[in-house]
Amino acid sequence: MNGPKPEDYVIDVHDLRKDFGTLRVVDGLSLRVARGEICGFLGANGSGKTTTIRMLCGLLVPDAGRGTCLGLDIIRDAPRIRRQVGYMTQRFSLYEDLTVRENLELVAGIYELSDPRGAVDAMLDRMELRGRASQLAGQLSGGWKQRLALTACVLHRPALLLLDEPTAGVDARARRAFWDLIHDMAGGGLTVLVSTHYMDEAERCARVVYLAGGRIVVQGSAGELLARVGLVTFEGTGDGVEDAVRRLREAPGVEAATVFGRALHVAGMDRARLEEAIHAQGGGLAWQEVPPRLEDVFIHLLGQEDG
Amino acid sequence: MGMLSARRLRALLRKEWLQVRRDPMTLRLIIALPVMQLLIFGYAINSNPHDLPTGVLMAEPSRYERTIVAALRNTGYYRTRLVGSEAEAEADIAEGRLLFVVDFPPGFDRAVDRGEAPSVLVDTDGTDPTAVGYATAALSGLGDVLARDLPPARRGMALPVPFRFVVHTRYNPEQLTVLNVVPGLICVVLMMSTLMLTTLAITRERERGTMENLLAMPVRPVEVMLAKIAPYIGIGYLQVLVILLIAVLLLHLPVHGSILLLFGVLGVFIASNLALGITYSTLAANQMQAQQMAQFTMLPFMLLSGFVFPFQGMPRWARVIGEGMPTTHAMRIVRGVLLKGNGLAEILPDLWPIVLFTLCTVAVAVRFYRETLD
Repeated sequence: MNGPKPEDYVIDVHDLRKDFGTLRVVDGLSLRVARGEICGFLGANGSGKTTTIRMLCGLLVPDAGRGTCLGLDIIRDAPRIRRQVGYMTQRFSLYEDLTVRENLELVAGIYELSDPRGAVDAMLDRMELRGRASQLAGQLSGGWKQRLALTACVLHRPALLLLDEPTAGVDARARRAFWDLIHDMAGGGLTVLVSTHYMDEAERCARVVYLAGGRIVVQGSAGELLARVGLVTFEGTGDGVEDAVRRLREAPGVEAATVFGRALHVAGMDRARLEEAIHAQGGGLAWQEVPPRLEDVFIHLLGQEDG
Repeated sequence: MGMLSARRLRALLRKEWLQVRRDPMTLRLIIALPVMQLLIFGYAINSNPHDLPTGVLMAEPSRYERTIVAALRNTGYYRTRLVGSEAEAEADIAEGRLLFVVDFPPGFDRAVDRGEAPSVLVDTDGTDPTAVGYATAALSGLGDVLARDLPPARRGMALPVPFRFVVHTRYNPEQLTVLNVVPGLICVVLMMSTLMLTTLAITRERERGTMENLLAMPVRPVEVMLAKIAPYIGIGYLQVLVILLIAVLLLHLPVHGSILLLFGVLGVFIASNLALGITYSTLAANQMQAQQMAQFTMLPFMLLSGFVFPFQGMPRWARVIGEGMPTTHAMRIVRGVLLKGNGLAEILPDLWPIVLFTLCTVAVAVRFYRETLD
């Protein structure tokens, strides 16, 4: 037995449930995340990602279920969990009328760091925020705000990072830089649970957990998911992509038809019917089989949800 | 683009109506506010107050004395009760339980019969001139109340008058309204600024989304609240200092009591307002609601406290409500210390209600401060 022992799980929760009024937002969710793992949380809006994250750090009390976070009970020990967790909210939640440095010094003070100034200085350098230290947080662009928020939640050297759509509304370059930082920190033993809508980000996670209706539908590495779902994808290129996508969407056997620039991706579970559909409706394009993209897998999963 | 499109307007009207309806708390306050104002102005407030508490000192209750006391009561202005000793009367007037003390000299009846026109001393608490003004004026109509009791030989004689009222206005001998208004103003200004500022404190965090981050960090509710309250205590004191300086230097407000004591007590009063503000802040869903709650409170706190309208002139139910509000007690304390020179012993009866109010409000605030987003 070389698998992780129970104490190696940073997150270990079972059958979590949360209702808001009559709406069941999280419905029997069980999740284990091992130390040092980067775990991606995916799913449509309203699938329960944010609610689950909030339960993990004690911001919401689950209606049912139990579990531990960093070995501490998520219900009883919420205050102690907070000391060791860095939580980055979906909406920017630092003070816009304070400067970058002032915000960080506030956080350092709340976590009772022994050398708040030193910790802030070191982190400003590491996150390349030094040049903006005296700028008001409210005046930062989206990318810098998100970098500041990340800095604030790693300042106290947490053992677990919970990031709730940290890169929503941030440009591609800033997102890449952000993820480089995340990988850098995970390399140092930090465990990360991150929710996202971006497929390229999901592909950078060691494991992806896909949520729908407050439950985990599938989980595994990107490669495992692709293999497990068994999706077949063809790519068509040439003129008339827009016309072809309209026709192919309606064709039997096609689960997803998506345009990527000048190329058309058609995916389905049944190779024979998919080929038939392309033969009938995909005229005028040059077709070849391509490895399925994670995005195709999720569009397929989302389609199943609707069905 | 037409000038005014009925369809566009209707869409906007519908949106506004929906938003009003989604905020039932605001709607309730908007209805309740005029109701409260009407009740206060219609029933509670009376600038010509009646039934003012009056202590009577009589060495040996005699016929004439009883007649005069009955006549005082019949004016409607005086609610009389016997007071045992001069010391007791002194304490009662200093602590505001009595507005008048009527003191008959010993051997009053004999002096009247002998035509000596003895004086009945009427001590009044002049801190609020409007409260006692009408009642004092009514004394002049009581010169002939003894007409029927006098021995037949003296009836109908214009001179000498049987007795005289000698009115002695305490604390504010010149009956300057400003001396009453300024101490009251200290309390009202403090209440308005501190209550307003703190009601917004927590709702603002919640609305801007910063509360979620704060909650996710290891902070205690008490820490958050203390931090929010502390700066405003300083601001409150600064206001007191400014008002007092202007009042003393420009308006010649006398300072008979201890300024140190005053500042100490005002600290408690400021704390009570901050506690209330924080409580509203935890209860309200948004800043707008919190602000309305504060406004809803400030109106009765101001009107029923005796700030502009004499406290003793209000009906019993309004006085009971008034007694429950910290502003009422603070106003008495500030007037007492500044104008009457009251010390700690005299202000204690008004100090503990403020402390009690503060503790209760803090308890509510801590109870409703949510450590989670539930």
